[in-house]
Amino acid sequence: MIRWLLLALGGIVLGGIVHLATIMILPRTATQDAYSRLARSIPINAVTAVPAPTPQSAPMPFMDPAFASAVCRYDLTQGPLKLSVPVSPAYTSVSFYTRYDVAYYAINDRAAGRRVIELELMTPDQHTQMPEDEDITAADRLIVESPTLTGLIAIRALAPEPGLMPVAQRAVAAAKCTQVELSKDSQ
Amino acid sequence: MRLLLGSLFALIIAAVVGLGSTYLALSRGATFAPLAIGAWTAWPKTGTADADPYAQASIARLGRLPTALGDGVAFTASADDAGRPLDGRCDATLNGVTPAARFWTLTLYKPDGELVPNSVNRYGYTSQEIVRRADGGFEIVVAPRANPGNWLPTGGIERYILVLRLYDTAVGVATKAGREVPMPSIAVGSCP
Repeated sequence: MIRWLLLALGGIVLGGIVHLATIMILPRTATQDAYSRLARSIPINAVTAVPAPTPQSAPMPFMDPAFASAVCRYDLTQGPLKLSVPVSPAYTSVSFYTRYDVAYYAINDRAAGRRVIELELMTPDQHTQMPEDEDITAADRLIVESPTLTGLIAIRALAPEPGLMPVAQRAVAAAKCTQVELSKDSQ
Repeated sequence: MRLLLGSLFALIIAAVVGLGSTYLALSRGATFAPLAIGAWTAWPKTGTADADPYAQASIARLGRLPTALGDGVAFTASADDAGRPLDGRCDATLNGVTPAARFWTLTLYKPDGELVPNSVNRYGYTSQEIVRRADGGFEIVVAPRANPGNWLPTGGIERYILVLRLYDTAVGVATKAGREVPMPSIAVGSCP
């Protein structure tokens, strides 16, 4: 009897390890997560409009139907990325997600404080390698460091009422994410 | 033989306990540091780089993109203030005010995150669409049949959840439930 109780106890302890391991591994192996779903249909380092969710079809669950949205799936292997998003009259936000859908940074139009949200996205390595002689004033250049080489940028504009949806869609459609040309001295 | 049987027994228990608890944790959406106000719960930390492993696993499994904290905070409700589940065949009333935010949206979803089809194509409200009382408060009737005023159709489905998203708000990781974060009350009323 004691033998079986001990075995059961060992099983439960092992089960705890299995539980923790599956929780840790799940994001790495998921095939239906937002990044994997979007990666199948959208090009890399370009802004693609995401259709608004309807009861029949939605690109992702739990999307806010009051927003017009677009995503840029990025890959920083070839160098940093430049992002420019014209703000819509109501509310515009740009959220950054890692390859594993962790939101690591977000900024909205008011925090950016101008008509166009302009950002540069790079890896921490690329950031440290930036030439120092370039006059970098923090207020002028907004630099975001991505923890992973690939990921998603979600660009979203609010339509406060359904009639304003076309305005919001035009704003996100005008967003651009482009690979930065390598400067001459680094070639 | 006894050793083989014994280790098999222990391994089966390990598999059942391990996988079962993972499944339960993910289907219940159990994550740390919830911000619960009345019937509403938010996980502000899930929208940051510090999201815990449970939140990350649940996000990957559902396939959604969490609301980033610099963007806003999403509050979810699946039951009313008295703990009664939100049933699409019943009338429910939202009443009150929201915490300070530049905009907010209220959306009705099926428990799996899909929108609910209805005759008027209304899936939610934004803070600008709502008709308010003189004191700034509002009332939204969530019901299967048309109602005067702010009506959010349920399509008569059995279970639904409400998501109230605050955009550009001070509510965040450091927020504690209290008077500065008033959430609207939810009351499930008559069921036909």
